[in-house]
Amino acid sequence: MTVLSVVLMTVDHRAQHLESLRSVLSTLVYPIQIAVDLPIQAGNWMAEYFSSRHRLIAENVRLRENQFLLDARLAKLADLEAENRRLRSLLDSSAKVGERVLVAELLSVDMDPYSRRIVLNKGSRDGVEVGQSLIDSNGVMGQIVHVAPFSSNALLITDPSHALPVQNHRTGMRSLAVGAGPVNQLELAHLPNNADVRIGDVLVTSGLGGRFPAGYPVGRIVGIERNRGRPFATVTVQPSARLERNREVLLVWPSQSTEESDTLPAHMEGAE
Amino acid sequence: MSAARSGYIAILLSFLVALMLTALPMPVWAALWRPAWVALVLIYWCMAAPTYTGVVMGWVLGLFLDVLVGALLGQHALALAMVAFVAHRFHRQVRVLPIWQQAVSVFGLVFIYQALILWITGIQGMPILAAAYWSSPLVSMLLWPWIYIVLRDVRRRYLVA
Repeated sequence: MTVLSVVLMTVDHRAQHLESLRSVLSTLVYPIQIAVDLPIQAGNWMAEYFSSRHRLIAENVRLRENQFLLDARLAKLADLEAENRRLRSLLDSSAKVGERVLVAELLSVDMDPYSRRIVLNKGSRDGVEVGQSLIDSNGVMGQIVHVAPFSSNALLITDPSHALPVQNHRTGMRSLAVGAGPVNQLELAHLPNNADVRIGDVLVTSGLGGRFPAGYPVGRIVGIERNRGRPFATVTVQPSARLERNREVLLVWPSQSTEESDTLPAHMEGAE
Repeated sequence: MSAARSGYIAILLSFLVALMLTALPMPVWAALWRPAWVALVLIYWCMAAPTYTGVVMGWVLGLFLDVLVGALLGQHALALAMVAFVAHRFHRQVRVLPIWQQAVSVFGLVFIYQALILWITGIQGMPILAAAYWSSPLVSMLLWPWIYIVLRDVRRRYLVA
């Protein structure tokens, strides 16, 4: 039994052969997750159902205003996108293709409290693939690491084993944002002490890893500690996505998904 | 025959409940204090019904737990198989002890379980840097009397020998 476990762990860690076994087991476990999620979902539904008419009307008005604003902004954006495409074609550079997205819902289940993972209610049946990135309305959340027929597991960007390539919006400097472990925190890895970073700088995905689409906000620098005794500065970043509070997330298919099916496994992306 | 079957069903249902409790969402601070539900239930059945449960049951259960919490496949399987083995080996000595002494041995077992998992995650290069990690054996120990009483009632009700 021990030998079997060790072999299983080694194979799972080194290779990807066990994905099918994991997918089968995940399908068996899915009813448990649903059973845990159901009362919470029912609670939310009841709260919504019994919330007063007055509040619903107020919310409706607010949402409609919001929609109006966003529509106006979107119209402008469409215009800008068209202009961008025209300019790009003038410059003969490759045009960015619009990305395909899918709305998925989180299941309210806890996983290992020491790694930051979540369960989504969309799986391979809906076309979800390993390596897809996960965003919300404020920024990047994480990426898919396991897919089962009805559900999938995602690794959040704050997980200690996760790294994503980012770019400083102000200076254009590229670096790696590594999950720090504590709940809402990232760190910039291997940034020299004299690097040009300031508190409040906004980081966006650089798209260099080929896994995350470029240009999505990742977070904001909240702390810089320059220690002369050490080669690198400690820069802490607060993610802009609401990682621990969202219920709905967007799954993004990378624009050129076919070419990159053989990239590194999820936790190997970037430096460790 | 029907007693054996109802016994198995009762045991499997209790494991199902333990898995659900493991996945139950909790606030972040409380999640660190979560007792090792599956290990506790496994220890109980290994001690109270050693003919029904054993190392293989622990191993399979661990595999499910691995998938449920998104860990490396086999990590909890190894740890739970070990726990089941030790609990099975000493079930005659432990089951006659008073509850609080049982709780102390449960502390030891869950400690072994947590240490094995810490070891495996350490080998993977993902060390767990939280003192609260070691609170789980303690919480498990304090919860043991209640789990013992509930599962004993289940056992008597469904005549698990």
